[in-house]
Amino acid sequence: MTQLALVIDLNVCVGCHACVTSCKQWNTSGAAGPLFDDNPFTKDPTGTFFNRVQTYEVGQFPNTETLHFPKSCLHCEDAPCVPVCPTGASYKRDNDGIVLVDYDKCIGCKYCSWACPYGARELDEQQQVMKKCTLCVDRLYDESLPESERKPACVLACPTNARLYGDVHDPESEVSVAIREEGGYQLMPEWGTKPANHYLPRRKTKVHIHEDELVRVDNPLKKEDIRHEISTDITLDDWLM
Amino acid sequence: MHPAFSVIFLTTLIGAGQGLFLALFSGQTYSAVHLLPAQHSSFYIIGSVIAVALLIGGLAASFFHLGHPERAWRAASQWRTSWLSREVIALPIAMGLVFFYGLFHWINWEVDLFGNQLPGQVTLIIGALASVAVFLLYLCTAMIYASIKFLQEWASSLTVLNYLLLGGASGFTLATALASYNAPTLVGFYGGWAIILTVAGLITRLVSLYRNAHIKAVSSVQTAIGIRHNRIQQKAMGMMGGSYNTREYFHGKTASFLKSIKYIFLVLVFPIPVILLVAGMKADSSTLLVLAFVTQYVGLLFERWFFFAQANHPQNLYYQTI
Repeated sequence: MTQLALVIDLNVCVGCHACVTSCKQWNTSGAAGPLFDDNPFTKDPTGTFFNRVQTYEVGQFPNTETLHFPKSCLHCEDAPCVPVCPTGASYKRDNDGIVLVDYDKCIGCKYCSWACPYGARELDEQQQVMKKCTLCVDRLYDESLPESERKPACVLACPTNARLYGDVHDPESEVSVAIREEGGYQLMPEWGTKPANHYLPRRKTKVHIHEDELVRVDNPLKKEDIRHEISTDITLDDWLM
Repeated sequence: MHPAFSVIFLTTLIGAGQGLFLALFSGQTYSAVHLLPAQHSSFYIIGSVIAVALLIGGLAASFFHLGHPERAWRAASQWRTSWLSREVIALPIAMGLVFFYGLFHWINWEVDLFGNQLPGQVTLIIGALASVAVFLLYLCTAMIYASIKFLQEWASSLTVLNYLLLGGASGFTLATALASYNAPTLVGFYGGWAIILTVAGLITRLVSLYRNAHIKAVSSVQTAIGIRHNRIQQKAMGMMGGSYNTREYFHGKTASFLKSIKYIFLVLVFPIPVILLVAGMKADSSTLLVLAFVTQYVGLLFERWFFFAQANHPQNLYYQTI
């Protein structure tokens, strides 16, 4: 079974919001109609977004670290938002595991958004239906696009390649290897939602240099310098002389 | 959570309507076995009309909650998994059965089904079915909230108990007021049970308030972003103008406002209606009994507002600061 997902590398995310703007651009231009934008250029702008980059400060000055944290729908393998939907508008696709909303069936009751612990769903206040990240499902299978572009818009836009995309159920895929070898983790694992999207932690590259790597105790060039005490014992030389 | 008035009116109106029906039916059952004097059918007819009106009022309020009310019929399809869908089915069934309960009292159709000459057998059967539907509706309504496990303030059997007892209490208080007009012999019976249900509701609501005050949050900002450090501060939530996430999940009021709502409902729902019920029964005053119901109902609006506002959604961990 396939489970398409994103793996977001927090070690290389620089918080540029390119994934946010490319997501908004692609998804507001699609067949499902625009994503709501209210007062975009005046006071109190608001609107529907599928993806946000948040910023956290970890630690206390001077030992602080800035963490940029992109958050979108995690396409949970046991998605709590799906069974609560009274109309069946929220569903998880069997063939690729993407969680989607059928905008023609959604009654806008907001119950699915209550049932998502991650706040990944937003009600479009113009269309009055629930919207969320589709993993750019309208790009992934579009054969009119070159194969290299059949990826979510955010993945293509990321300038630091912090967003990896692939099948997390295929053990040899790029994303599975990254999760396995770079310590990929899930958000709020305590609720058992099994998010498909994973995050790679911040990693510090450190070189460990031991003292004996700087001064070799077994340097053969220094062997000559070793002076031994003169032995008082009778040696072979004494016997021969 | 942000309390929505549509849902506040939905749950309180249908709760009172269901409770009123249970009062009517228990009164009729008791009188069928001669524990209470029999009543003229007009009492049950008027009572059923009020109960159906309350249920319709609740249903109408619920439509204001929907973005696309014209598609509401679709909501009956996912009853296998969704408590909301189950409520959408249970509500019209309960409403219909209560309607037929009143209708058959009105046409006064007597059939001796069991051959024991008991009057009102048809209405007793419909009433029994309606009671089952009414109890299931209480369960469905409460489970919508109690089934979301990470809304820890709601995810408890106390939620179900509170919806049942508080709805029942307001229904029986209404039945007491109604009986004072056209079934005076039942005032003591209904008033007594209204007081018992109100006191029982006070106990379970206090237990749930105690539980919620001592709740230990399962999620933290550490589990939300997966960083293990005791000191993590959010510096930006990704937008400055607010979004659905900042409007739907926050009540936007101060802690002291929340506290004042709690004390208002604790006074309006429990002690004042009990005092008014006792005084109304003692003084034989319909006005006091009606006042008891009105006070309790208004108090329940505060109670439901507090119920929603108190729930703290884990998504709020991602929206701590602009």
